[in-house]
Amino acid sequence: MNGFKIVVLAKQVPDTRNVGKDAMKEDGTVNRAVLPAIFNPEDLNALELALQVKDKYPESVITVLTMGPPRAAEIIREGLYRGANNGILITDRKFAGSDTLATSYAISQAIKKIKDYDLIFAGRQAIDGDTAQVGPQVAEKLKIPQITYAEELKEINKDKIIIKRRLERGVETVSCQMPVLITVHSSADDCRPRHAKFLMKYKHARTNSELEENNELKDLINNREYLKITEWNVVDIEADITYLGLSGSPTKVKNIENIVLQSKEAKNLESTDQDLESFIIELIENHTIG
Amino acid sequence: MRNVFVYCELEDNIIADVSLELLTKGKSLASQLNCKLEAIVIGSNLNEIDKQIYKYGVDKVHLADDKRLYPYLTLPHTSIVTKILNDNNPQIVLFGATSIGRDIAPRVASSLRCGLTADCTSLVIGDHYVKKDEKEYKNLLYQIRPAFGGNIIATIINPDMHPQMATVREGVMKMEVFNETYKGEIKQINVADYVSDTDFVLEIIERHIEKSKINIKGASIIIAGGYGVGSKENFKVLYELANILGAEVGGSRAAVDAGFIEHERQIGQTGTTVRPKLYIACGISGAVQHRVGMEESAMIVSINTDKNAPINSIADYNIHGNVAEVLPKLIHFYKKNSK
Ligand SMILES: Cc1cc2nc3c(=O)[nH]c(=O)nc-3n(C[C@H](O)[C@H](O)[C@H](O)COP(=O)(O)OP(=O)(O)OC[C@H]3O[C@@H](n4cnc5c(N)ncnc54)[C@H](O)[C@@H]3O)c2cc1C
Repeated sequence: MNGFKIVVLAKQVPDTRNVGKDAMKEDGTVNRAVLPAIFNPEDLNALELALQVKDKYPESVITVLTMGPPRAAEIIREGLYRGANNGILITDRKFAGSDTLATSYAISQAIKKIKDYDLIFAGRQAIDGDTAQVGPQVAEKLKIPQITYAEELKEINKDKIIIKRRLERGVETVSCQMPVLITVHSSADDCRPRHAKFLMKYKHARTNSELEENNELKDLINNREYLKITEWNVVDIEADITYLGLSGSPTKVKNIENIVLQSKEAKNLESTDQDLESFIIELIENHTIG
Repeated sequence: MRNVFVYCELEDNIIADVSLELLTKGKSLASQLNCKLEAIVIGSNLNEIDKQIYKYGVDKVHLADDKRLYPYLTLPHTSIVTKILNDNNPQIVLFGATSIGRDIAPRVASSLRCGLTADCTSLVIGDHYVKKDEKEYKNLLYQIRPAFGGNIIATIINPDMHPQMATVREGVMKMEVFNETYKGEIKQINVADYVSDTDFVLEIIERHIEKSKINIKGASIIIAGGYGVGSKENFKVLYELANILGAEVGGSRAAVDAGFIEHERQIGQTGTTVRPKLYIACGISGAVQHRVGMEESAMIVSINTDKNAPINSIADYNIHGNVAEVLPKLIHFYKKNSK
């Protein structure tokens, strides 16, 4: 055996990390349209661990798998630029409204179609929901073990993989046979940057839907198999549609409440010496400090 | 009767605080629903462990005691919990939103094909009516959590595919003894009937767990910094003020993400929930995910260059100004007046 078959699960997410004032609408909700769509940060850590396996066993093959709207093909290209070998986008309107259970069902169906795999790497969680549920749920549906919160790849050989995990209050090193699903923590190595060679090679990689939008690349891609990004829908992954979307999602949003903040009777101070000194004296006198 | 279940975590044969908090919440839900509270405890050498939890109002403890079951391993614990839940058909199951709870709960939910809501900040019982089917659901668990973006709080329900499962972070619920002399019953599990050898494919080679050194949960004064502090360097003055006041330093997630401060100090929905007597928010806008972790503080002070920052509306004092200018002055005036 010369290499491993690796699947990296990645998600395109709105960048919620620095939702600045400009992203807020009048009613206090976030204007998603102005947030850039990015490669979910911990999925990049996951890609890096996969690439480290490939560094050790160069014949390994890395497939980036993502579920999302057609534009999510962007993150597959991003993966290719950093060293992945190919990508699969699962996209279908029937996925809309899926909660984590329905999402993990769809992803596990796609992985069953890939069939031959040793390792699945995923980010611990996506920043738009922070649930950390999809990784373990995919592992359960595939009936394979899971290693959550991976921080470091210690060792890998044909029999086992050894991973250091980052826990709330410590670390744990575990060894497991393959296939296994590994979720990766942000404390793992940052992903290596794009490589100029791969950028040149894959910059025209496209899905079929993207080609339909823009015909110009068709001939080029038809001559170069590696530029085709696979696209699968519900039928391709042989999914039971009652397990998808709203009907396949046990959790429902009952209601969403916009909290209107009721202003307390607050004291408003300026940063003048006078205001600040009397503020401190007040806190000392009512024994809040001191 | 369909009961409320809590998965209890162990650390060196002591039930974790987060589990005691969930038992407290579980008891109040069970009382409201007129049903019983049951606990699942899985580990090794668990003599008398049930005695630690009866006083929280536990009616029944499902106990799986086997030397292979501690430290926690995903697969055997999942197998045991899944079978217990299948056999007992509970209506509600609660897990801590911890390294362990977030590892096991989704796996169990997937095998039971039920819903799971992560990081709930509040759990209440309520009804639900579906107009189009004219169907009325009584006594569902409202799983309440902030939703992505702005000031939105979402109520999640799980009408049909039960049990209703949720995870909750440590410190979000209060821990309260129900009755010192309360006594439940114990149900010993025959572990061999619940796990198979293939559940032990993963092996722990080394384990190193520390007690957390940072104790923002217990601090009576917290100086919290946000993205507006600007840099790691600028956080130094927060530590300086904290030192003088005997306070701890906390941060918003934006400050953690930017690398200004370590993750252990994050306050909010996906960090720690705190209730100090004084909370000074420096350069924090006050997104709902942050507020749910600190709004029960007895006194809130906001230092912000934006007079209209959302946090200001829950603050008792708003200081309009730049953190880098205001904090050194506060330190100066404290030193001058505290003598
Ligand atoms: C699933 C999920 C979970 C989350 N969990 C958490 C959580 O647990 N905790 C948490 O905090 N957030 C959490 N968030 C993020 C949250 O939505 C906000 O993005 C975050 O709290 C914003 O942090 P901030 O207030 O520091 O930054 P910003 O929103 O960028 O605010 C910075 C503030 O600083 C002020 N400012 C700028 N310069 C100065 C200056 N020199 N002096 C004084 N004031 C200044 C600005 O006016 C502004 O009000 C979560 C988000 C999601 C999607």
